[in-house]
Amino acid sequence: MGTTVRDLSASTRLAEPPSPRRRRRISGWHFVLAPLALLFMTPFVQMLLAALAPAEELVRFPPPFIPSRLTLDGIASLFRDTDILRWLVNSTIVSLIAIASHLVLCSLAGYGFARLHFRGRDFGFIAIIATIMIPTQLLMIPTYIMFSRLGLIDTLAAAFVPWLASAFGIFLMRQFFLSIPVELEEAAALDGANKWQTFLRVVLPLAKPALATLAIFTLLGAWNDLIWPLVAINKENLFTIQLGIADFQSTRRTQWSLLMAGNVVATAPLILFFLFAQKHFIATMTMTGLKG
Amino acid sequence: MLEGWSFVGPAMLIILGLSVFPALWAFVLSLQKWNGFATPKFIGGANYARLITDSEFIDAVVHTGVYVILFVPASVLTGLFLAVALNRNIRFIGVYRTAIFVPFVASAAATGILSTYLFSPQYGLVNNVLRVLGLPTQGWLEDPNQAMIVIAIMSLWGQAAFTTVIYLAALQDIPSELVESARIDGASRWKAFWYVIWPQLGPVTVFVTIWQVIGAIQLFDLVYTTTRGGPLDATKTIVYFLWEKAFKNLQFGYGSAAAYLLFLVTLLITIGMVVYARRRNLEAF
Repeated sequence: MGTTVRDLSASTRLAEPPSPRRRRRISGWHFVLAPLALLFMTPFVQMLLAALAPAEELVRFPPPFIPSRLTLDGIASLFRDTDILRWLVNSTIVSLIAIASHLVLCSLAGYGFARLHFRGRDFGFIAIIATIMIPTQLLMIPTYIMFSRLGLIDTLAAAFVPWLASAFGIFLMRQFFLSIPVELEEAAALDGANKWQTFLRVVLPLAKPALATLAIFTLLGAWNDLIWPLVAINKENLFTIQLGIADFQSTRRTQWSLLMAGNVVATAPLILFFLFAQKHFIATMTMTGLKG
Repeated sequence: MLEGWSFVGPAMLIILGLSVFPALWAFVLSLQKWNGFATPKFIGGANYARLITDSEFIDAVVHTGVYVILFVPASVLTGLFLAVALNRNIRFIGVYRTAIFVPFVASAAATGILSTYLFSPQYGLVNNVLRVLGLPTQGWLEDPNQAMIVIAIMSLWGQAAFTTVIYLAALQDIPSELVESARIDGASRWKAFWYVIWPQLGPVTVFVTIWQVIGAIQLFDLVYTTTRGGPLDATKTIVYFLWEKAFKNLQFGYGSAAAYLLFLVTLLITIGMVVYARRRNLEAF
């Protein structure tokens, strides 16, 4: 597995228009790719149409393909009748704390493992990498017991503490710091900078692409996590957005307009992020196999 | 010395405290009978002995296996096909890529709820299309024989981007001269792919297959948000089983034993695939 952050964006840009001299014929691949792209977008389109359709049309039989009119009633009733705003705030808090902590702790540790010399360094790094093999489901039961003794169950902390740092994050940052020419740091040391100053002023500013990858990894993980919050949080006012919409399924069965409005609200932030930072998302995907 | 530990210490404390320590504890728990309140009772390997004869657990293993077989080959092949299709500089390629990649950010919860809508027997788009085409409508998630297929399809929708991106990166690492020289030597497109490109993709294929298998064995979220293990337990997977035992029935010991067996199976499959790959000289790691 390559570990450099790849840049596929160069070829992601739209192709140049054909030069007037040599008119390119239309590639046959369009006939494969266009239907596939449509197929992949269909669930999202359905979700959006259902969220904006009048509620009664969604339970009519046979259901219409296209709603007769679009309305914001579903979204309005979602915010009026449910705690979704509270859940969005909870998820935002959890994700922001997770990202901030991840960026600080993993870049520090990644730098320590890449560049500093101290006893036990290699053993420590191997120990951390080995933990990647342990499935989270194995850790769930003891972690639940541990958290309940610490009084963390049914607090937002229960949701973000497991996301404060990760072995993958340390690995990613270490690989990145190893790829920076060591001469830069040597020059800083000659100028009298200590390790901390070198790290903060010289190395970290270069690490922006790796930090972006790490932030997206953490955002996707913390925002979309379901099984752990499901175990650790039972109070409705502390639900994350994922717990909230999953709970709708038992309490709001076949209220499609509300369910789909909830889906849109839970997914839209990440979709918008994706559209603005596609390059970084793709780099993150290349580096991880998050989401199981 | 201290300087080094001041850099790595905090992260290390959190990671080891939240993985190595609970992993060891889970092993101790798996040798106990405990409901979280009463005094834990040491019962040795009894939980494991009970698991391998528990027909509910065996069913869960079978259901997980069915999902792995449905999902993993499909996701690897889809990724390969989409990567080949997307690896060209044609008009709208950015639009195609975005459309295929965006579902990756949808959470399992959102994907699950969306599945129940799209595949709803009465109100869903899929049956609606079948109706218009004059084909018989199906029960989908409400049919024990079809529920796992629907879950695999929707997983594929959400995760095709991952295998595609991995293959796309690998394809772009293959020197284009290799393909060009094969084409100049008269190889057809298909032959150039089969004899020049495909062998180069061996290590990546091993990597994504292992990765997808590990992920598929741990299926839970989509089951929870679509069928909750039903209909008639047809989609109850290993992780669903262990979640139910531990957090619904408060059998912490029994649940931990199931988790350890899951860990063991994952480890064996990973080692098996790496050894197989080494034998065939496909170094992936």
